[in-house]
Amino acid sequence: MNVNQHTPMASPYGQPQPGYGQPNYAPLDGGYPASYAPYNGPASAYQPGVPPQGSARGPPTSAPPPVSAPQQYNQYSHSPADMQNGPPPMTQAPPRPAGSQPYGLGGGQPSYPQHYAPPPTMQQVTNQMGGMQLTSGPPTPAGLGYAPPHSSQPPISTSYQSAPQPSFTQAPPPASSAPTQPPPPNAPAASQQYYRGPPPPPQPPFNSALPPTSQQQFLSSAPPPPSQQTFPPSFSSSIPPPSCAPAPPVSQSQQPFSTPQPHFSSAPPPVSQPGFPSGPPPPAQGSFPPQPTPSSSQPGSVPPPGPPPTSVTSGQYPTPIQHQQQPPDSQPSPYHSGPPPPRFQMPPTVNHLPPGPQSPPGPQGPLQQPPSPQTGYPPQQNGAFGQTRSPQAGYPGPYPVQPNYGAPAPAPAPAAPAQKRLDPDAIPSPIQVIEDDKAKTNEPFVTGVRGQAPPLVTTSFHVRDQGNASPRFVRCTAYNMPCTADMAKQSQVPLAAVIKPLATLPPDENPPYMVDHGEGGPIRCNRCKAYMCPYMQFIEGGRRFQCSFCNCVTDVPPHYFQHLDHTGKRVDCYDRPELSLGSYEFLATVDYCKNNKLPQPPAFIFLIDVSYNAVKSGMVSIVCHELKSLLDHLPRENPEVDSVVRVGFVTYNKVLHFYNVKASLAQPQMLVVSDVSDMFVPLLDGFLVNVNESRQVIESLLDQIPEMFADTRETETVFGPVIQAGLEALKAADCAGKLFVFHTSLPIAEAPGKLKNREDKKLIGTDKEKSLFQPQVGFYNNLAKECVAQGCCVDLFLFPNQYVDVATLGVVPVSTGGSVYKYTYFQAQTDQERFLNDLRRDLQKHVGFDAVMRVRTSTGIRATDFFGSFYMSNTTDVELAGLDCDKAITVEFKHDDKLSEETGALMQCAVLYTSCSGQRRLRIHNMAVNCCSQLADLYRNCETDTIINYFSKYAFRGVLSNPTKAVRDTLVNQCAQILACYRKNCASPSSAGQLILPECMKLLPVYLNCVLKSDVLLPGADVSLDDRAYLKQLISCMDVADTHVFFYPRLLPVMKLESGSLPVAVRNSEERLSKGGVYLMETGLHLFLWVGASVQQELLLNLFGTPSFSQIDSSMINLPVLDNPFSQRLREIIDSFRAQRSRYMKLVVVKQEDRTELIFRHFLVEDKSASGGASYVDFLCHMHKEIRQLLS
Amino acid sequence: MATFSEYIAQNEERDGVRFSWNVWPSSRLEATRMVVPVASLLTPLKERTDLPPIQYEPVLCSRATCRAVLNPLCQVDYRAKLWACNFCYQRNQFPPSYAGISEVNQPAELLPHFSTIEYVVQRGPQMPLVFLYLVDTCMEDEDLQALKESLQMSLSLLPPTALVGLITFGRMVQVHELGCEGISKSYVFRGTKDLNAKQLQEMLGLTKSSGAQGRGPQTPQQPLSNRFLQPVQKIDMNLTDLLSELQRDPWPVTQGKRPLRSLGVAMSIAVGLLECTFSNTGARIMTFIGGPATQGPGMVVGDELKTPIRSWHDIEKDNAKFMKKATKHFEALANRASTNGHIIDIYACALDQTGLLEMKCCPNYTGGYMVMADSFNTSLFKQTFQRVFTKDVQGSFKMAFAATLEVKTSREIKVCGAIGPCVSLSTKGPCVSENEIGTGGTCQWKICGLDPSTTLALYFEVVNQHNAPIPQGGRGAIQFVTQYQHSSGQRRIRVTTTARNWADAQTQIQTIAASFDQEAAAILMARLAVYRAETEEGPDVLRWLDRQLIRLFMFHLRRSPFLQVFNNSPDESSYYRHHFNRQDLTQALIMIQPVLYAYSFNGPPEPVLLDSSSILPDRILLMDTFFQIVIYHGETVAQWRKAGYQDMPEYENFKHLLQAPVDDAQELLHTRFPMPRYIDTEHGGSQARFLLSKVNPSQTHNNMYAWGQESGAPILTDDVSLQVFMDHLKKLAVSSAA
Repeated sequence: MNVNQHTPMASPYGQPQPGYGQPNYAPLDGGYPASYAPYNGPASAYQPGVPPQGSARGPPTSAPPPVSAPQQYNQYSHSPADMQNGPPPMTQAPPRPAGSQPYGLGGGQPSYPQHYAPPPTMQQVTNQMGGMQLTSGPPTPAGLGYAPPHSSQPPISTSYQSAPQPSFTQAPPPASSAPTQPPPPNAPAASQQYYRGPPPPPQPPFNSALPPTSQQQFLSSAPPPPSQQTFPPSFSSSIPPPSCAPAPPVSQSQQPFSTPQPHFSSAPPPVSQPGFPSGPPPPAQGSFPPQPTPSSSQPGSVPPPGPPPTSVTSGQYPTPIQHQQQPPDSQPSPYHSGPPPPRFQMPPTVNHLPPGPQSPPGPQGPLQQPPSPQTGYPPQQNGAFGQTRSPQAGYPGPYPVQPNYGAPAPAPAPAAPAQKRLDPDAIPSPIQVIEDDKAKTNEPFVTGVRGQAPPLVTTSFHVRDQGNASPRFVRCTAYNMPCTADMAKQSQVPLAAVIKPLATLPPDENPPYMVDHGEGGPIRCNRCKAYMCPYMQFIEGGRRFQCSFCNCVTDVPPHYFQHLDHTGKRVDCYDRPELSLGSYEFLATVDYCKNNKLPQPPAFIFLIDVSYNAVKSGMVSIVCHELKSLLDHLPRENPEVDSVVRVGFVTYNKVLHFYNVKASLAQPQMLVVSDVSDMFVPLLDGFLVNVNESRQVIESLLDQIPEMFADTRETETVFGPVIQAGLEALKAADCAGKLFVFHTSLPIAEAPGKLKNREDKKLIGTDKEKSLFQPQVGFYNNLAKECVAQGCCVDLFLFPNQYVDVATLGVVPVSTGGSVYKYTYFQAQTDQERFLNDLRRDLQKHVGFDAVMRVRTSTGIRATDFFGSFYMSNTTDVELAGLDCDKAITVEFKHDDKLSEETGALMQCAVLYTSCSGQRRLRIHNMAVNCCSQLADLYRNCETDTIINYFSKYAFRGVLSNPTKAVRDTLVNQCAQILACYRKNCASPSSAGQLILPECMKLLPVYLNCVLKSDVLLPGADVSLDDRAYLKQLISCMDVADTHVFFYPRLLPVMKLESGSLPVAVRNSEERLSKGGVYLMETGLHLFLWVGASVQQELLLNLFGTPSFSQIDSSMINLPVLDNPFSQRLREIIDSFRAQRSRYMKLVVVKQEDRTELIFRHFLVEDKSASGGASYVDFLCHMHKEIRQLLS
Repeated sequence: MATFSEYIAQNEERDGVRFSWNVWPSSRLEATRMVVPVASLLTPLKERTDLPPIQYEPVLCSRATCRAVLNPLCQVDYRAKLWACNFCYQRNQFPPSYAGISEVNQPAELLPHFSTIEYVVQRGPQMPLVFLYLVDTCMEDEDLQALKESLQMSLSLLPPTALVGLITFGRMVQVHELGCEGISKSYVFRGTKDLNAKQLQEMLGLTKSSGAQGRGPQTPQQPLSNRFLQPVQKIDMNLTDLLSELQRDPWPVTQGKRPLRSLGVAMSIAVGLLECTFSNTGARIMTFIGGPATQGPGMVVGDELKTPIRSWHDIEKDNAKFMKKATKHFEALANRASTNGHIIDIYACALDQTGLLEMKCCPNYTGGYMVMADSFNTSLFKQTFQRVFTKDVQGSFKMAFAATLEVKTSREIKVCGAIGPCVSLSTKGPCVSENEIGTGGTCQWKICGLDPSTTLALYFEVVNQHNAPIPQGGRGAIQFVTQYQHSSGQRRIRVTTTARNWADAQTQIQTIAASFDQEAAAILMARLAVYRAETEEGPDVLRWLDRQLIRLFMFHLRRSPFLQVFNNSPDESSYYRHHFNRQDLTQALIMIQPVLYAYSFNGPPEPVLLDSSSILPDRILLMDTFFQIVIYHGETVAQWRKAGYQDMPEYENFKHLLQAPVDDAQELLHTRFPMPRYIDTEHGGSQARFLLSKVNPSQTHNNMYAWGQESGAPILTDDVSLQVFMDHLKKLAVSSAA
């Protein structure tokens, strides 16, 4: 039914689609036409050019993609429109598109409904749904977005192809709708007008506001990067091509959308359609000069490759749409199920495809090939989105929609042919993006180029420092910062950098060089105190230098003077790291030391809970035993020399026991301090000792501790005084250091910092929930402050059997740059390995103490907010009692003035710290990024992983002060705004129903959904408050790679393993798991080995040494060591995973259908979660809806 | 008993009692006119080798307000098996065990020569002796080493069952757990925070064990030891090791600072520890300090070396900001300790003051020792400390614990108070006078630590009115009942009953005058003066003393360090006064008027006048001031000695002459507690000041030419000589009569 309705609609849609995109754009279209024509030309040209671009990530991502996308859109819309016009005839097709459009539906539904409503006659809801879908159809843009994902090239091609194809395919259906055609004319005219002359005016003409927006987008987009370039100018210029190339993808997607757009078009679209109709793809293109760029991109567009997937999705989508439209179809359910739906969808896609191909050929000879795939893309994406959305529309309800999907199935009918190709991968696939990036990255990343986004964190690459800090140290959300605050505000893209100052570099990269400027200390700007760096301009023959941060001119000290060469560079530029590198270290002078005194070597103090629980769980004896050998591995800078770090030992329950382990003693001495209310350190000499000197005494002590407390009955513990004790000890020794606290239970003994059990599940979901994340008492905040002042970093190892209030206990570790480790229900047997590995790593890792970090920026922006494990006593200095190689700090920047495109934006992160050998140093990381006056540039040079890192930290901190629901809403809103802004300003015109995602952000929705679904923001019933607090703290200091795998776990099929390379990951969805497969999942905290129920015996034998599935012991914590290549390789992989992460991951073997599978499923983040989190598809629909609301 | 002096000597020998008057004026009015009150010096545990303890308990008067002990002065009706209390005249039945009593079969307590008798209480558990060492670790290594050795030595002197404990302190206070294997444990407390007994109990984890005691059947056994106080025999080795591992307080002391010494808290913890574990059991807290408390409650000076410890000058100017607070802190501790029957000894070895002024009440209230020396590495300390553990012929320590002294009097006389190492138990009774002298208002005192020489001054008041004459031949009786814990762990009761005749001052003034015990009176008045000096302003006391009966003796008293603070630090004054207030008569006399012997070729050693005229070039002088023993070689003798004549065989007699005072001095050194400072000096030697400051300055730079022709050494002082003093006194006496 729906379909029918749709059909009618569809026809309009089909036409409209173009119209949609176009309708709004219509005017644009008008403009486009011109471009189109050129495009064709360019397109062809592009195609060739494109590929290369595709290869280079930079280009694609760079302005091109987004812009191009818009452009493409425009183009597409135009061309598609034309194409579509063709398609429109195909009434059926349109519906599908609509279905595919589901994207649009999600967003569009609302608006659509109305449009649709009338035609559909179907239930309003359904209508809406349908509308949604239809709109979703437009979402195809999303698909477009996707398209880009596939590969920059593909996208382009896809765009083209899709554009054409979709248009074609759909076109046919729409074609039926005469109206569409008519509109085209108008649209074209309008669009043309737009483009050429007064864009705005055209808009007015256009009916819907959307159009205008789209127009604006167009305009803006066009003007900005690719679009502009792509557009006429671009065409002309060779540059455009590349940019276009990337752009194309988008455009493609858009195009596909455009096809779906028809729905939209119904209302406004028509215009665009008109264009399309005017000249099926080809003609349109030809007609539209502007399009050229797109076309170019399209041409270049590897479209073919990319498209296919899209097409598939589109196929699916269509179906969904159809579902909505055609609720009748029972198939919906299948839809839900990954496989079945696809098929159904397939049909639609197929339809598209078939048509696409057909149509494409028709319209665009060259493009045709790509088109088919493209078409597929757009539709699919659209469809997928749309469908999901429609379901999502009701976010919660999204699922219900699925049935609709089933319904769509019918639609599939048309798609039927394509079914085979159908695949859930229609929506942007993280895996695809990751793999593409890997494939693309085969040269070292050179940091010298300003504004260039580095490869993804999932890609392994070599870095060559040529003036900017390595991405291993600094990653930014945007490598092209908006020039003005208004732009930044408009885009809502967070401007942030994730800085990991002491990051460990791979062995083949040099650690930062040490620079010693002598007694005067590092040379700095007189005014802003920025440190000497490659951005400093030497003037007056080298006698002075001008600070690039504040423009102040400072004299060069005589001992630092050097002549300049003819380019104004110092002659010794390349001899000095501080003049040529992005990261380096200064040797600090005594002026940089506390109390103007060179620091003492740091100390490590081990504070071990010896209450009943601790002893009984075996923790005490494990720790003591391990420490004996571990003490030989204290951090040191020169492996040849013994560490200068001194150690001390304390045990405690309700009282504290200090130990005198002075070398001269025959036996250690225990000093009991029972006055916990007023903690102090009972001894000085002999508490902190050099390991080698006191080895015997220490070993004796560690041997005796477990014995001494073996019979303890003391169950109460204190906590505050324990940290105080360590702090006082460091104070007494006048050094910085680290406390290792091994703690088991809620500190209920009478003492400062005493806590009570406040875990109250009833508060979850209420406004009071935030209080559970806040520390219970203020005591620890003050304590943390004191710790920071002394440079006392606290690492907390928790072994709780019940609630311990991590939120409160973690205050000090988090504020002092420490870490919290939690081993719930610790059992020596199963958890020992994990704990010991964590301990070893934590103890040995590179760490700095008593650090202060300051981020200086060039005029125009400044660091306004910081996230991580630290303490701030003022607004600029990040104080870190301890800073280790795994800790990252996220810094948010805000404008306080305009930036200039010429100079870009500079930031310098200086970390003053005491090394583990007691040397005071400054580590400097410099980062320069471009500034842009076009939003498209911004969108083209973003890094989604970093944005997610920022968002997660921002949100997780937000739960302290806001209800979690509000936090989630804020996230969704911001994300929607980002995408809407893109859509509005950068994307080529397309129907509002299209979901258009920037190339660089196409994974934003899926990742964001993962953040939203995380235990912190959306806890399941079995997630304890402690767990949430724990995760919250964990995230706060994660770097981008950590957050990435944390939010989107790595899932590897390991049925077939090759040495030297890892199997390609699969997406985190149950659909991807095969019963006969074995999968390894890594989340950064957990490691699962999922074993399907019908795995081949041989595999089981190789893996577990047992042929029977039922005999696999799911409690095993390590794979059996078997002498076969498969087992060896898998264990190798596991080991390498563990080595990559800062925390040891315990292996959990999950048998299909086993109890533990529930836990495992929790990490299948693309699926709907047990706690109510939306599935990827649903969320995407929801997001689209949000965007649409914003745009309308 | 031919003369009063013999009578006095005999009484002192038998009962350890000396009265200022041995015949008492029979009315209050007359007694008041006597100026010197009726008073006695009592040495409760005077060594009596001929006094076998009686293995039963005393028979008490049945009157609740009396409870006097049956004694030889009681009238006994052997037929009716009744006895009349000679204090309250109550007639009492003998207990059943006395059924066989008769004129010929009298129990010991009725025999006249058992006016002092000692009972052994059979009831109650044998209480262990408890020795808690409280050791300062803020001292030079050399000192600490010497101290450690002394302490280790002392372990071997303790009875095996005695409980010992160790608390060390410096910046922190460490209570050492004893008897742990492997790791040695100690509980550490901040040196700046005082803790009450309950907190301490919790922090030391002693609460649970007490709970266990409550329900366990071995209740009596449990309290006998805990982790901190264990029998010597059990932890001998452990404690020896622990002591030998004692380190000097490790906290850095920057230049210009004193080490932070938490004496106040340490002592508080020691008191608290004993309080919650061995309350009312004899225990000694032996405190060894190498300097003043510099932080926390009880601090007497800040840690800045540039600020000197308060002097008398500061105190007069009210410039000793820590003194009052510290005194209050230690007073409170002293009171707690004495309430629980615990002794606090202080062994202060430092060149500077250590705050004895503030801490004096601790030994003073509890009967503890106060020893002051320059270093722990001196024989003065070492031997004094060793002498604490001297034993009697039975092998028991010559120390008694947790004693109470009760005084019962006849109706005509009441007790005003006591001066000595005791605290009031605030027991009101019919024999308590309203007029307080010393620690008064009670008829019972607690003396936590006693030794055979501990002597209390007790002051009485004749309350009989003039118009109610006492019948001729009436006697006033006083009974001293001392209950104490013998060092063997037994509880014993020593009862001394003494009586004196009444005499009408109108008619028998001669008798009364003849019965005056000049020495006892002098000491009694001196104690009173010292007591006042402690509690009142110095000059007032002198004026008061001047108004009292004055004899030659008082001249020296006026100049003694007990009243005169000039040239003495507050600590020294406290130290001298402490010993003055507890030593027996003979020693006290020496303290006031040092003894001076002269050795020369002119004859055998002879006592000479304590006068500058006694200082002759050919004499060797030996002066004993109780606290110091000075051997002074006259100018000529010194030259001889320098010339080495004593080494020449032909001058062997000179060698003997030199040796004689040394031998005599050694004898004194060996018997005295605390060991005196031994000074060997010569004419013109810097140490000669000890002698010169004591002798009567009959020759000074002012008058040496007037007296000049005579031999002797001029003393450079502005003090008046005895001659001047007497002249002045005569004038005063005449004028005051007017």
